[in-house]
Amino acid sequence: MSKHENERKRTFLLITIPILALFICFNTIPLIRGALYSFTNYRGFGSHDWVGLRNYIDLFSDARVGKSYLFTIKLALVTTIVVNVLSLIMALLLNSKIRAKGFFRGAYFLPNILGSLVVGYIFNYFFTYIVPALADMTGVTSLSSSILSSPSKAWIGVMIVCAWQAIAMNTIIYISGLQTVPEDVYEAGGLDGATGWKQFKHLTFPLIIPFFSINMVLCVKNFLMVFDQIIALTKGGPAQSTESISYLIYNNGMSGGQFGFQSANAVVFFIVIVVISVAQMKFSSSKEEQL
Amino acid sequence: MKKTSTVGKSNRTAMVLLILGLSTIIFPLYMTVVIAFKQPSEMTNSISGILSLPKVWSLDNFREAMRVTDFWNSLKNSLLISVLTVGLSILIHSLMGYTLGRNKKSKFYNFVYLFIVSGMFVPFAILMMPLAKQTAEMGLANWFGVILLYVVFYMPMNVMLYSGYLTNIPLALEEAARVDGASTWRTYWAIIFPIMKPMHATVAVITALAVWNDVMTPLIIMAGSSENTLPLAQLNFQSQFGTNYNLAFASYLLSLIPILVFYVICQKQILNGVVNGAVK
Repeated sequence: MSKHENERKRTFLLITIPILALFICFNTIPLIRGALYSFTNYRGFGSHDWVGLRNYIDLFSDARVGKSYLFTIKLALVTTIVVNVLSLIMALLLNSKIRAKGFFRGAYFLPNILGSLVVGYIFNYFFTYIVPALADMTGVTSLSSSILSSPSKAWIGVMIVCAWQAIAMNTIIYISGLQTVPEDVYEAGGLDGATGWKQFKHLTFPLIIPFFSINMVLCVKNFLMVFDQIIALTKGGPAQSTESISYLIYNNGMSGGQFGFQSANAVVFFIVIVVISVAQMKFSSSKEEQL
Repeated sequence: MKKTSTVGKSNRTAMVLLILGLSTIIFPLYMTVVIAFKQPSEMTNSISGILSLPKVWSLDNFREAMRVTDFWNSLKNSLLISVLTVGLSILIHSLMGYTLGRNKKSKFYNFVYLFIVSGMFVPFAILMMPLAKQTAEMGLANWFGVILLYVVFYMPMNVMLYSGYLTNIPLALEEAARVDGASTWRTYWAIIFPIMKPMHATVAVITALAVWNDVMTPLIIMAGSSENTLPLAQLNFQSQFGTNYNLAFASYLLSLIPILVFYVICQKQILNGVVNGAVK
């Protein structure tokens, strides 16, 4: 028996070591290297010196970095709200007694499987040519020029494209949540006069809070890391009004000679993501306990 | 009687809303198809000019787009990377998930589990600059390096899924095999690996979708290799399309077709996989 125990232990160790080594090589080591570069003035080539906390101090006084954080957080917050409200409505509709349920669910999930870069290019054309042409036809002058070329409105375009794809995902998660609500809950609620909005607020929603949490975490994390949509729609413009954090790090870090500085930006971004994710999980698990 | 009539009514409202809502999905796709088939001369600045059906359904744009973007080569790279990543993920992540799931009482393995799973919080933004350097130094600035990176990036999620699934598989199954003298390694491949089939499907779907559509990793790692994946080709050849939107849209449509076909064939598995991956 103990011979077998040894064999088992050895096998587990032989599985773990190479896989863990691979993970450390391509996740932990680059993470540490990134953190180390953040204390240098490295430009991506040539020699470099240690500069201590210089990059971090500069980071907090850099207007462009500050602007990208404001844009990214605004985008993430607004898109998360829009996506979750619309997804919940979609899920309720798709979960009601309708015909061709399978077809509708399949069709509404479609946007999510398409690559976000190409979706971005398609919507880029839509915002640049179709919307202004429609506006001219109907006389809505405020939309007669592309929203993507307006520094104050371009983020709305990015928001719409992010939402178009994310709603598909969040809807099917809400549907699977709604399916966990037993039919007799509604029947019992119906006897107490809980119908419509009341039924949703007091019966349905509390029961699907775990799914709501999943969607919130998914949304916030994905939208904070937004990249493909930016590259396809605005390339950060106009006037750097839609530069997401990932896009700024990519653009200035990879080819803009700010390897060290953007590494510091990436470290701060990493900390922000961890703090937000942990806070969300703490918050949602405490909510679930209350119920 | 009254009850059935209200149910019937709400059905109809839901139906109408759903059909109307469908236009938000059909319209962009319709626009893509129509523009992809037209000639630049058919495109006027008015809505009807852009959205009317093409006069001739010609495949010329697609032929030209295939030539400009080196379509078949990009498709081959995308397929190669996706298939190998999915295969390796199923093999490697299930093994790791099994090992960690079966050693929940060990401090060491619990630490390894947390260590790997916390990799989920690491944004690609912090890894990309060091990884671009590192893969170049290691001679991995190519499709093979991209695959290795994907196996690492999706490890946290997939290991969590596998080790979670394992709690439903009784240890007794393995112990029976042990009595027959089979080693842990053999028992795994003969008994546990086949039992985890539903989880393999989930992992395959979420990994495949993520890899197939990813732009950032190949953009950063394969930049110098003059090879493209399908999405990367759209980005790299954007300037060559110029203002010939018909050519550009033909290329977009071509790049969407493989995943659309896959979705039509495996819709059920994809929906199940995506839900399982998110909810578990």
